[in-house]
Amino acid sequence: MIFDRKTQPIVLGALGLFFASSGNARAQSLDESINEVIGAITTPFVKFIFSPLPGTDIPWIVLWLVVAATVFTFYFGFIQVRAFRHSIDLVKGDYSRPEDAGEVSHFQALATALSGTVGLGNIAGVAVAVSIGGPGATFWMIVAGLMGMASKFTECTLGVKYRNEYPDGSVSGGPMYYLSKGLAEKGLRLPGRVMAVLFSVFCVMGALGGGNMFQANQAHAQIVNISGGADSFLYDKGWITGLVMASLVFLVIVGGIRSIARFTEKIVPFMAVLYVGAALVVLAIFYDKIPWALGQIFAGAFTGLGIAGGIVGALIQGFRRAAFSNEAGVGSASIAHAAVRTNEPITEGFVSLLEPFIDTVVICTMTALVIVITGVLQFDPQTGLYVWNSEAGRVATEGGLTGVALTSAAFGKGVSWFPYVLAVAATLFAFSTIISWSYYGMKAWTYLFGEGRRRELTFNTIFCVFVVIGAAMNLGAVIDFADAAIFAMALVNIAGLYILMPVVKKEMKSYLDRLKSGEIRKTRGNDAGGADARSGLRA
Amino acid sequence: MAQEVFVVAYDGTDWNVVDFAVNRAMKEDARLLIVHVLEWSPYSFLTIEELVERHKTRQQELARANETILKPILENARQAGATADGEVRYGHVVDLICSEAKEQNATMIFVGRSSSHSTRMFGSAA
Repeated sequence: MIFDRKTQPIVLGALGLFFASSGNARAQSLDESINEVIGAITTPFVKFIFSPLPGTDIPWIVLWLVVAATVFTFYFGFIQVRAFRHSIDLVKGDYSRPEDAGEVSHFQALATALSGTVGLGNIAGVAVAVSIGGPGATFWMIVAGLMGMASKFTECTLGVKYRNEYPDGSVSGGPMYYLSKGLAEKGLRLPGRVMAVLFSVFCVMGALGGGNMFQANQAHAQIVNISGGADSFLYDKGWITGLVMASLVFLVIVGGIRSIARFTEKIVPFMAVLYVGAALVVLAIFYDKIPWALGQIFAGAFTGLGIAGGIVGALIQGFRRAAFSNEAGVGSASIAHAAVRTNEPITEGFVSLLEPFIDTVVICTMTALVIVITGVLQFDPQTGLYVWNSEAGRVATEGGLTGVALTSAAFGKGVSWFPYVLAVAATLFAFSTIISWSYYGMKAWTYLFGEGRRRELTFNTIFCVFVVIGAAMNLGAVIDFADAAIFAMALVNIAGLYILMPVVKKEMKSYLDRLKSGEIRKTRGNDAGGADARSGLRA
Repeated sequence: MAQEVFVVAYDGTDWNVVDFAVNRAMKEDARLLIVHVLEWSPYSFLTIEELVERHKTRQQELARANETILKPILENARQAGATADGEVRYGHVVDLICSEAKEQNATMIFVGRSSSHSTRMFGSAA
């Protein structure tokens, strides 16, 4: 336990102060008051995280992620390419031990981690990226997704290797544990402890920002979008959507109504398949424009095609949205992957590298292609450049839309009723991501303050309040804070990954040698359906 | 000649099938293997809390199945004079019963039904 329980009322006091401030501003709508108060609190933190490298326009944090993904890719010899096939075999259960049936399988760990990762970043975040960074941002997003596979591989291997296993059989893993235990092994006990604490603090902020406020914000935006836009009853009343979502979240994480979470877990994968399917339908409708759109993406990646910042602007947006969406290097997913039952931590690393591929290279790319191909970004055929709206700081879009509304408009051009499906998908994606992040945040919170029902309740209550705040704030302020909080986690996590990457390399080499020699073999075919465990009573 | 093995698929409710199998086994001097299958698919979806608690839950499920399902039926079969062993397994019931029978070189498989309304020949366990 890092802080005693006396410090917790400070957090609650800050929330009370916020509500008192919003009460003073009665002339403003509640949404505006929330926006003003929370925006003022988060601005210094956001400015620090996104400050550019001296003499450049490149935020240092984006470079931090890019360099890390590149280093891991080379250090592990392009493991994302070499182990791609083996990763799929592991997920299929080809290497599962029969005696482990009934334990968490690789597929289950991947599916649960993905439901926390596939969120509104894939729908709304991508729209923000291409509207600010132009179509070229898509190219850099894909590159970031491919490179990020190596970051995810590293952190998830460590998540399993250094997890805590308790006598009752439950497990706790994630960066907090590998930073403290892993660095202690290297003789860096104190720095490891400090980094684990810092990570936990940022993880709590990330859970409140990217894993909560952004999701609630964009789910509300899409509900308003399909219910009449500016004429909708809910327009400017994000707090109502927020209250409904917060109540449902509260029922699950505090009330223990797991059936809601279970329903979401089961339906989200189908919604993801439906989403990709719908994107393919739209692409089929506009099939004649596919070569043009691909051309725009490549040209935009290396020229900018009229966006502010040119190639650098496209690159920053691509990398920023990819990192936000697939969370590679952020460390969050290793908390979920740590639950898998395996004697070979590296296998979970292999499985986890599929996550950025599915999330970014497949789903995000689909969103970006639909936006580019349907022409919702305004393009000037005479100059061959996109029309820049300097006031909004992005490419001019149809109806001035951005975020989820832009994606919705693009899908609506292909299939008129699809925005309604998108609203359901967006709400479910948002909900499952919020539930997953409530768990990540709570684990970080209890790492800081200690285990205990009351401490968990404190965090969960704060978390639910932030659902309402997120739904009420405007997109710009939310997106900046969400990104900043997520990237702050990566700041500490990646520093730890650099120190611990030789541990992963050793594990990787040992495993691949045994795989090559035939010591590790496929088990499927030795039993029925690959799922088999026995506990017997013999005479 | 090796002792014959009869595999019994027991879902925890159908004592009749076990009684029938015990009678047959005693007549043929066969060994009974009573198998209780906990339905499980490695491709099902779990919430994050279910994920981290899965190992603990599995231990509890196995202990409960051994204690409340398998142990009483085995005691019953042994008291009746049969040679009987039991197993609790995770997976798909049909596949596992078939694979168990192959593995044991079983000469018979007994399956019961859990409902008297069922019109299917092999009932729920089939």
